[in-house]
Amino acid sequence: MGIEFRGVTKTYPNGTVAVDDLDLSIEDGTITVLVGPSGCGKTTSLRMINRMVEPTSGAVLLDGRDVREADPAVLRRGIGYVIQHAGLFPHRTVLNNVATVPLLSGWGRRRARERAAELLEIVGLPGELGDRYPAQLSGGQQQRVGVARALAADAPVLLMDEPFSAVDPVVRQGLQDELLRLQERLGKTIVFVTHDIDEAVRLGDRVAVLRVGGSLAQYGTPADVLRHPVDDFVAGFVGRDRGYRGLSFLSAEGVRIEDVPTVRLGGEPGVAPGWRLAVNDAGQPRGWLPPESIVDGVLTEDDLVAGGSLYRQGTAIRGALDAALSSPAGLGVVVDDDGRVVGAVTAHQVLDAIESHPESVGSA
Amino acid sequence: MITELADWVSDPANWQGPDGVPARVLEHLGYVGLGLVLAAVIAVPVGLFVGHTGRGGVLLVGSGNAIRALPTLGLVTFLFLVFTDSLVAAIVGLVVLAIPPILAGTYAGIQAVDRDVVDAAEGMGMRGWQRLWRIEVPISLPLVLGGVRNAVLQLVATAAVAAYVGLDGLGRYLIDGLANLDYGAVVAGAIVTALLAVTLDLLLAGAQRVVLPKGVRLATGTGPSAAAEPTREVTA
Repeated sequence: MGIEFRGVTKTYPNGTVAVDDLDLSIEDGTITVLVGPSGCGKTTSLRMINRMVEPTSGAVLLDGRDVREADPAVLRRGIGYVIQHAGLFPHRTVLNNVATVPLLSGWGRRRARERAAELLEIVGLPGELGDRYPAQLSGGQQQRVGVARALAADAPVLLMDEPFSAVDPVVRQGLQDELLRLQERLGKTIVFVTHDIDEAVRLGDRVAVLRVGGSLAQYGTPADVLRHPVDDFVAGFVGRDRGYRGLSFLSAEGVRIEDVPTVRLGGEPGVAPGWRLAVNDAGQPRGWLPPESIVDGVLTEDDLVAGGSLYRQGTAIRGALDAALSSPAGLGVVVDDDGRVVGAVTAHQVLDAIESHPESVGSA
Repeated sequence: MITELADWVSDPANWQGPDGVPARVLEHLGYVGLGLVLAAVIAVPVGLFVGHTGRGGVLLVGSGNAIRALPTLGLVTFLFLVFTDSLVAAIVGLVVLAIPPILAGTYAGIQAVDRDVVDAAEGMGMRGWQRLWRIEVPISLPLVLGGVRNAVLQLVATAAVAAYVGLDGLGRYLIDGLANLDYGAVVAGAIVTALLAVTLDLLLAGAQRVVLPKGVRLATGTGPSAAAEPTREVTA
């Protein structure tokens, strides 16, 4: 279900212009991220889709129809809504929270609860949490319940207003991964608001950068916005590392992967002049054995120096560069989908590949 | 003084018949109950409306304070002069007394509901009434009842003014005792009134615990199970 903003303006009675003549076309089945500094009208724009805010002029079209033609309550039951602090109902159990919209839409109690239980599983929560109350959950779990509640009525559109910004970074990344995994399966039209450009780039199929005063600065794919910011505002907002972050969208095809000397944990490594990569019986990397190390008897993890990040073959070149830069041996470990060592790359090899890449940042 | 009180208490005549303590307590409770119900019928809807819509909050708090400043005895006397009916004067006086605490409790209760929760309820597609009854009222019920508790305490203490305009209730002991210089009756009346107030307050405190939704108790950490650790993040 596509969403279209047509010349939408929102002016508040005190004269503040929250959204200024916004034209934006959101494609069906994609994640579109509205990103910008505070005061750019991203939340206001989002809330005009489900009529929590009414535009002063212009129109918001959902599936080609002006949202103002619909009864607000009925419209909202057909649009999933997730907010920053989840906003779970404290007096209702997790299961009843998730069943809210199905019950409002007149499903039977039993069917609504069955659907809610199913949803908990989909968002990766154990079923026994269903009988708990929101106060008994961690922040990350509460957000998952918030997502489950928004998905319960099977709405084709999902509005998410900074849903992950109140949880710590590790949990946030887990939730982001989960959202991408869910989206692969569900194919919803998701409008996602954030002030975090990294989150926008990570999640969005398309990114709309808004500037203070509520006008659209740039709308395009994340790669596009990072590589070709239209003006100083966008360039400043996407940040100084945008060259590096742009590597997230570049394939690592041209990088030559070399063999890497390995030693097996539990074996007797002997002595060698260079760094050697220790692997377990499954061929997965466990750490590095420094040059000229003398191991007494068999090799154990205690003899090793911790490794850097791993680069999974077939993913973007950014991971390959990071693997090389973070490795104590200067060799980025390349693994296959099962985590087994394929070979190694040096930072030089990665940079050579970037420079000769037709779409690289340098030649753009 | 103590002996006068003991004499009064040990006189079986004071514990039976239409002038006895049980009858007076019932009369007293009747005034309290009538005043409370009428006050609640007025104050709860107004408090819900103001809390739910957020309109008129300043006016409400201001007029609440102004009403509180009215001395009930003076008001009842004035009303008696206007209506020349004891019951109307006494009950109206008590209603005016009980409205501010109930109004304040209801308004504060609805206002205290987390804005995110209300926003989520609206965004899920709840209509105004559904939001009020399914979300705001259950969550704010403890504070609403807190207002009722305050009102009851004040009503029990003040319902004695009914006797001043010729009605019955525990106030009889005070008014008549003072008139007859029967201090035993005065003190006993005061003590019975205080005991009645404490008993009702304890009952309402119990009711407040019963209506507090479990999830809200866990969230505010006022119950024993609030100490339970939030479960650890399982999958992220």
